[in-house]
Amino acid sequence: MSDVLHRVRMTVNARAATIAVEARRTLAEALREDLGLTGTHLGCEHGVCGACTVLMDGAPVRACLVLAVQAEGAAIRTVEGLAAPDGTLHPLQQAFADHHALQCGYCTPGFLMLAMAMLEENPAMEEAEMVERLSSNLCRCTGYAGILAAVRSVMRR
Amino acid sequence: MKPPPFAYHDPSTLEEAISLLSTLPNARPLAGGQSMMPMLNMRFAQPDHLVDLNRIAGLDGVTVEPDGALTIGAMARQRVLEQHPEVARRCPLMVEALAQVGHRQTRNRGTIGGSLCHLDPAAELPLVAAAMEAVVRVAGPNGQRDIAFADFAQGYMTPEMEPEELLVAVRIPAQPAGAGHCFLEYARRHGDFAIASVAVMLVPDAVGRIAEARVALGGVGAVPLRLPEAEAALRGAPDVSRAVAATKTLEPMEDALVPAWYRRHLAGVLLGRALVIAQSRMGRA
Amino acid sequence: MSVIGRSVPRLEDPPLLRGEGAFAADISFPRQLHMRVVRAEMAHARLLAVDVSAALALPGVVAVWTGEDVATIPPIPFRATKLKGLEPYCQPILARGRVRYVGEPVAVVFAENAALAEDAADLVVADLEELPALLDAAAPPRDFDATHATEPAILRKSYGDVEAGFAAAHAVLDLDLSIGRHSGVPLETRGAIARYDAASDTLELHGTAKKQHWNRDEIARLLGRSPTSVHLFEGHVGGGFGVRGELYPEDLLVCLAALRLRRPVKWIEDRREHLVATNHSRQQRHRLRAAVDAEGRLIAIDNVFFHDQGAYVRTHGARVADMSAGLLLGPYAVPAYRATGHFRLTNKTPAATYRAPGRYEGTFVRERLMDAIAARLGLDRVEVRRRNFVPVSAMPFTRPLDALGTDVVLDSGDYALLLDKALARFGWEARQADIARRRAAGESVGLGLGFFVEKSGLGPSDGVRMSVDPTGVVELVTGAASVGQGVETALAQIAADALGVDYRCVRVVRGQTNRIEFGSGAHASRVTVMSGSATHLAGLALRDLALGTAATLLQAPKESLTIVDGMVCRADGPALPIGEVARALAAGTKLSRERAVPGLTTEGWFHSDHMTYPYGVHLAQVALDRMTGAVAVEHYLVAYDVGRAVNPKLVEGQIIGGFAQGLGGALFEEFRYDERGQPLSTTLADYLMPTIAEMPPLDVLVTEDAPSPLNPLGVKGAGEGGTNAVGAAIASAIDDALGNKGLVTRLPVTPREVLRLLGEIEA
Ligand code: FES
Ligand code: FES
Repeated sequence: MSDVLHRVRMTVNARAATIAVEARRTLAEALREDLGLTGTHLGCEHGVCGACTVLMDGAPVRACLVLAVQAEGAAIRTVEGLAAPDGTLHPLQQAFADHHALQCGYCTPGFLMLAMAMLEENPAMEEAEMVERLSSNLCRCTGYAGILAAVRSVMRR
Repeated sequence: MKPPPFAYHDPSTLEEAISLLSTLPNARPLAGGQSMMPMLNMRFAQPDHLVDLNRIAGLDGVTVEPDGALTIGAMARQRVLEQHPEVARRCPLMVEALAQVGHRQTRNRGTIGGSLCHLDPAAELPLVAAAMEAVVRVAGPNGQRDIAFADFAQGYMTPEMEPEELLVAVRIPAQPAGAGHCFLEYARRHGDFAIASVAVMLVPDAVGRIAEARVALGGVGAVPLRLPEAEAALRGAPDVSRAVAATKTLEPMEDALVPAWYRRHLAGVLLGRALVIAQSRMGRA
Repeated sequence: MSVIGRSVPRLEDPPLLRGEGAFAADISFPRQLHMRVVRAEMAHARLLAVDVSAALALPGVVAVWTGEDVATIPPIPFRATKLKGLEPYCQPILARGRVRYVGEPVAVVFAENAALAEDAADLVVADLEELPALLDAAAPPRDFDATHATEPAILRKSYGDVEAGFAAAHAVLDLDLSIGRHSGVPLETRGAIARYDAASDTLELHGTAKKQHWNRDEIARLLGRSPTSVHLFEGHVGGGFGVRGELYPEDLLVCLAALRLRRPVKWIEDRREHLVATNHSRQQRHRLRAAVDAEGRLIAIDNVFFHDQGAYVRTHGARVADMSAGLLLGPYAVPAYRATGHFRLTNKTPAATYRAPGRYEGTFVRERLMDAIAARLGLDRVEVRRRNFVPVSAMPFTRPLDALGTDVVLDSGDYALLLDKALARFGWEARQADIARRRAAGESVGLGLGFFVEKSGLGPSDGVRMSVDPTGVVELVTGAASVGQGVETALAQIAADALGVDYRCVRVVRGQTNRIEFGSGAHASRVTVMSGSATHLAGLALRDLALGTAATLLQAPKESLTIVDGMVCRADGPALPIGEVARALAAGTKLSRERAVPGLTTEGWFHSDHMTYPYGVHLAQVALDRMTGAVAVEHYLVAYDVGRAVNPKLVEGQIIGGFAQGLGGALFEEFRYDERGQPLSTTLADYLMPTIAEMPPLDVLVTEDAPSPLNPLGVKGAGEGGTNAVGAAIASAIDDALGNKGLVTRLPVTPREVLRLLGEIEA
């Protein structure tokens, strides 16, 4: 039964993608292994660290807690889709560089996608809410100061 | 940490889902996945068949009954409920609790039905259901039945329903006019499962005295508990210290990480704090 | 203007921001197999048999090995240590006969994909006969095996007449202090991908970190190969913190499998494995006695401690215990000192270094002592520290002690000056007044401090190779490694400064054993000091070569030329891109033949027998919730003198990130076990790392008052000062809030412990 492959059609970073996966494949693994989008990282695979955060139909979700088969028909956005086609960094990415919001960079894609959703939802977010929202992801290197500064800098005053 | 192999089914009707669950061996339903997926990834759950409820239409509605009660479909996402105006109007206790359910990211996927069926003793939504005296609707091969939440939530992480049954909706009586509510919990880190939690509802009479009090506690028993002694102590001329003292009789589970005395102590502290807030929010009937 | 000392943007960021990083799990090879480790589920047991038949029968499984299959491979070795007799305690790559901690590798499965490998691993049955688990390092030792006890060594260090000191004491303090078991827990788990290229008879290992050259040599030795036929590669590393990049059983197993199975083999650790298999750290109990005079000056310290090493001695040998003994005294002058370190094994995950190893522990212990002295003698806590500082006039200050095999010589430092600056910045006086007011109103609030001396720049040698190519790009090849701290940027800044180019033209190649013969990796805050100094020297030499060559090309005396922004300039105008100079030195050119060696290229080496000692102080303000026991850190300052900051923003980033880890160990993080040795902290929901919501308002003061005289840049390492004193300062502040009675004796300080202590005062 594990040999049965399921066809999944979705859009990933605005492009149509079709994959054939085992039912047990998580969305995070499918992005990484079947689509080669290794920017989405796995830090725990049990829903605590947020390193695997992607946007699913506009909302940030933990891609280790979604099965790939459940993404049938969904629009997925990952870190690879943030920069402009010519490679120019998205202002949010640039802000992360400017504010030293990353060291090892392992948590960065998850934080970028989380922050992207925050920005799209409410670009005038109060600081307390930013902290509340950012508390869903873990970073072991930066102590979060740079991450908060970066996100703050792209919010409308 | 990869899930064990299983066959995947994504029925589009409730009938189909129930028939899959009642005919396939070792089948488990999958709702929002925020508890089930970690259990699968860690192989604590090893179903042979997974029946995904996410494509079943009509299971996620929020409707207001003629008597003002809310009927919430089991697959309603926690995040949707958190923002829903009718939920805010009729069950602000739930909105207060939802803000503390995991993180926004997990609430985007997590459902009310999933949380009620997972029945973690420290989870927020079962505590709300206990305090609100909710009634759950369960569907099975022989039709549907309603179960008072208190009867539904009897066993540690095992709701009173058959493996082939599905929770389809939960009915939550509207918060009575003038009632004061409060939901509080204590966790080490923001977003973690609570060590202890409390949901309080104080219902006033026409002159603003407490006509009915409901006190529900989480994290201190195998399931969410109501505390009748505390409730009795609060009716009429409220004796808050006697109500808080009632937590001393609790016998929380003892585990290696959190000793029972600490959970019991926190329950008392939280109850005391919650009563102050709930009283301040109370009006008249 | 020099690029050193400027907070220029990091060179590392663009690929990481785009999701184009190359972390271990991102590396794959065609036809690769996936390895899964079967781990012991009992803390201590006889391993009677391992049945692999069901696993082997699963379609897609290629091989399953147990201890018998790898019996010829020696156990994991350790690096240089003066202690004798540790060999019998090294970890075999797969258990044989006995298992000694939950998580110990018992078997390995190789299969076509990761999920399948896990399916098969679940079918392996280990027949275990449970034995009593030893979980307390302070309890009497037991048998490790038939001939060895669980105390491999007792470390002894001492100087001065300790007994006479106690005899002459005005007061004697007696403390019993413990530090909880916690560790680095990087966000990326470990990973190892091995590939054997039969065509060139080369074994490659990818996903490595920290100590590539040493690991290469050992892998080669253990597998019976020549080191030149083994290459280790470092991609991106998702955090190191001491634990990542040590040589673990899994590294050997993938290499062996690649050789035997003739297919690439990939292993990615999962988080649950990580929490029981990757090095733990910190667990230590100190019974400290100190003799002081009537003014609160230290006369003698007797430091008896029990180091909980876990089940085996790993690559660090007894380093953490060694540093706990040798570096305990920090900034204070102490006439007599004796350390007795019981280095003991227990049935828990093996332990080793974690950011500020031995110092996080030692600072907690020492600074608790300083508070205790103040309380006993009725002195001000700050004043007691001041009185005991090694004064500036005594620098460099030699302690008759060693640590990490080198003598402890504090190279430079003005401790009192930094303390003054820190107190002023923090507003210590004003806060004390405020605290008094709040206490009067019934609040439990307190201030705390922890002064410390770090160490960095462990020698003995480090070398780099630096070359300029015809496009003017500078390649800097170093045997250092990066675990995400910004090593490339810092080294590029140093190279650019010495040579006279834009730092963005410098490509830093690190962690590749096939590009440079020697290397010491990245640990012990050594990279900026050792590799940085080597880079500086190489840059100067390369500049000299470039100028000498350009002198011929530009027909001007060498002394009259300068290099600015990659252009070699004559004072009167004409200039030459440095790439042109490189071209003129290409193999076969006239100039290169005159010089006998082609290329605008050079090597730089830096040697040092001593470490540098940066120092700092942490100040904390906390409030206790008297009902829940929760500790709110209301304000925090880290003040740290780094000698010279190459990139202040990176230094600050290290400090803030290091602080967050220290905070975890002070209040949240602990690996806990039940009475049978079953680990209880096996998910990130149980092992509590701080999120942004737990971060207090944090202020950082970086000073450059005491540059190191030991290296040409004056730098000291910045990696560990943010972590070092967090446990000490927070414990001090909580104790202050509890009335300065010395009640806080154990880290982490949990809310229920605070409640218990509050109860004690009220009783
Ligand atoms: S990997 Fe998904 S939350 Fe950690
Ligand atoms: S930058 Fe390393 S985990 Fe965040």
